[in-house]
Amino acid sequence: MAVDYNAEPLLRVEKLKQYFKNGSYVVKAVDDVSFEIYPGETYGLVGESGSGKTTIGRGIIRLYDPTGGRVLFRDMDISGKLDRYTNWELRTKMQMIFQDPMASLNPRKKIGDIIGEGLDIHHSYSSQEERREKINAILAKVGLAKEHYDRYPYQFSGGQRQRVGIARALIMNPDLIIADECISALDVSIQAQVVNLMKDIQEETGCAYLFIAHDLSMVKYISDRIGVLHLGRLLETGTTEEIFSNPLHPYTISLLSAIPSPNPRAERSRSAVSYDYATSGLDYNRGELHHVGGKHYVYGTDEEVAGWLAKEN
Amino acid sequence: MADKILDIRNLDITFKTTAGNVHAIRGVNVDLERGETVAIVGESGSGKSVVMKTAMGILAGNATINSGEIIFRYKEDDGSLQEVDILKKEKKWVRQNINGRKIAMIFQDPMTSLDPTMTIGNQLIEGMIMHLGISKEDARKRAIELLEEVGITDPEKRYKQYPHQLSGGMRQRVVIAIAISCYPDLLICDEPTTALDVTIQAKILDLIKTIQKEHGISVIYITHDLGVVAKVADYVNVMYAGRIVEVGNVEEIFYDPKHPYTWGLLSAMPDLDTDDDRLYTIPGSPPNLLHEVVGDAFAPRNQYALKADWKEQPPMFKVTDTHFAATWLLDERAPKIEMPQELKKRIERMKQTKG
Ligand SMILES: Nc1ncnc2c1ncn2[C@@H]1O[C@H](COP(=O)(O)OP(=O)(O)OP(=O)(O)O)[C@@H](O)[C@H]1O
Ligand SMILES: Nc1ncnc2c1ncn2[C@@H]1O[C@H](COP(=O)(O)OP(=O)(O)OP(=O)(O)O)[C@@H](O)[C@H]1O
Ligand SMILES: [Mg+2]
Ligand SMILES: [Mg+2]
Repeated sequence: MAVDYNAEPLLRVEKLKQYFKNGSYVVKAVDDVSFEIYPGETYGLVGESGSGKTTIGRGIIRLYDPTGGRVLFRDMDISGKLDRYTNWELRTKMQMIFQDPMASLNPRKKIGDIIGEGLDIHHSYSSQEERREKINAILAKVGLAKEHYDRYPYQFSGGQRQRVGIARALIMNPDLIIADECISALDVSIQAQVVNLMKDIQEETGCAYLFIAHDLSMVKYISDRIGVLHLGRLLETGTTEEIFSNPLHPYTISLLSAIPSPNPRAERSRSAVSYDYATSGLDYNRGELHHVGGKHYVYGTDEEVAGWLAKEN
Repeated sequence: MADKILDIRNLDITFKTTAGNVHAIRGVNVDLERGETVAIVGESGSGKSVVMKTAMGILAGNATINSGEIIFRYKEDDGSLQEVDILKKEKKWVRQNINGRKIAMIFQDPMTSLDPTMTIGNQLIEGMIMHLGISKEDARKRAIELLEEVGITDPEKRYKQYPHQLSGGMRQRVVIAIAISCYPDLLICDEPTTALDVTIQAKILDLIKTIQKEHGISVIYITHDLGVVAKVADYVNVMYAGRIVEVGNVEEIFYDPKHPYTWGLLSAMPDLDTDDDRLYTIPGSPPNLLHEVVGDAFAPRNQYALKADWKEQPPMFKVTDTHFAATWLLDERAPKIEMPQELKKRIERMKQTKG
């Protein structure tokens, strides 16, 4: 489905800051990050461990009070206090699939009831049969069997648990799904199934995804646009094509060079381009997001960006 | 004879559930030489984690071991070689003498293997003080070195933090640091890098490799990331529905796969070189192991299945001295069927890129 970039964005993240204090030690988990997601779009968020991906996701679904900046959902500021009804409604419109499947599933509840929780809270059925049917249908969609309804989380393999998380999000037909590493724990054939499934559901319902992952080959495959995050900063963003064929920021270049290839001979002789912020000579505090064409933006000072562009030509 | 460190023979396990008995492990054989790296790949739910948990004596309470042996040969502290069948030992003995000391495991779900109420530092030194008998101060020094080695910046500060204050990938690196802290004979990594981005993944894999070389540690990787397998493994075991269906060295599995399930697995990888709109998926879903499997468990999803694959479980046919596959396609009476053209072309392309 082609994304309409002239439409109003579904989600707008504006200069979002999320700091954590541990005594005197402050972690700037997210620093001045801005991006938007359009209806029906898949926005891939990539970046090294600890770069702030999960924190952004959790910020969007309002698990934190932002240190600065704001988040708009359909032009409504959702970063502040909301009335109960709006909050309740938002909870169906945005769903998050969590990174740590075991930690996000209640160990004492049956899988079917975990998946049905959202339905229960929002009274989205008229009879127990309808509820059961909806849950069975979604179980089938994510490749689980209806016999799994009565099992408990610990009785599942890692990948099966992850699919429970996906089912729980999908059942609410949300407009935005934040998928935090939702396929990393799955084997390739199920990854492919889940990714195809996510695409089908997007076709069907027009929902948008914030797809957080570190597997760049999958991100490339599923995303319309990509944002590259490092040390809490959004360093580069653009269409998948722009990022993969014309990466500008040295961090992006290093990330792309490290994608492992399922090819033993190539893998044994691979050399990734290394990148170390401390010795890079860059100063993230002095940069700005520069438009470099199309939907492509890169973060840096005027001189830095001019240098990268010169190298490109 | 070669120096085998682990030899799993004919392992067979059933789980009792409210819906009935799940025959999850159906005759698994795996072996591993000292210093070698073996990967186990296979569909989610195929039994990879259960097999390795059994080797560590931490199987769930509703499991019954129907048959099998797990022979483990490890070095005592005085350097002498010991041999045990883990399945014949008390769980408690295994937990005290083997777990964390001789066999260390990095779990799939890092949050479940860390104690949320304890600082990272205390969790790191606990094992070292107990198993290596070193002082608290020495343990602390080594813990900080280890944190640095696994790529955690500001290790002194992180040392004092609790698990929930770290990102997913950092937690995983802490788990890795704990696992290697006592120089085990065997390190089992269950999806060790799924939570990590590619740059750190590469660092961690190199780190494990270095430690492996320095200390002669054997490593088993359970992973579905075929990029990781290509990078680290000497041998690959392909598992499907509770059985090993193909085993070979890494080149044999990637460039000359024989089992149709392995064909499907390799075909499903996203290919950075093509712009296909949909990913290949293996049709159907894995069998429900509540019901006994007849023949090759993969037959219902296998467009190349022969009559025999539906009726009788195929034995492991020998392809080379190191390469075996359980499919009737390898029987001499079988029609000559080749892997799908698409995959064949892809493998040709792979062989040509020499990196
Ligand atoms: N305690 C248990 N009770 C019942 N069934 C179980 C139990 N533990 C595991 N199983 C089942 O055994 C099978 C194998 O599980 P296992 O965790 O080994 O899979 P896996 O190959 O590691 O998969 P993944 O790649 O998803 O981690 C699965 O079908 C799982 O549901
Ligand atoms: N509740 C918290 N208290 C203190 N620090 C936190 C908290 N949550 C996250 N952080 C810190 O914020 C930073 C970003 O963490 P985040 O979980 O967003 O990373 P991530 O990009 O999702 O990484 P990963 O790929 O490893 O999951 C890290 O330095 C982390 O330690
Ligand atoms: Mg995260
Ligand atoms: Mg597992």
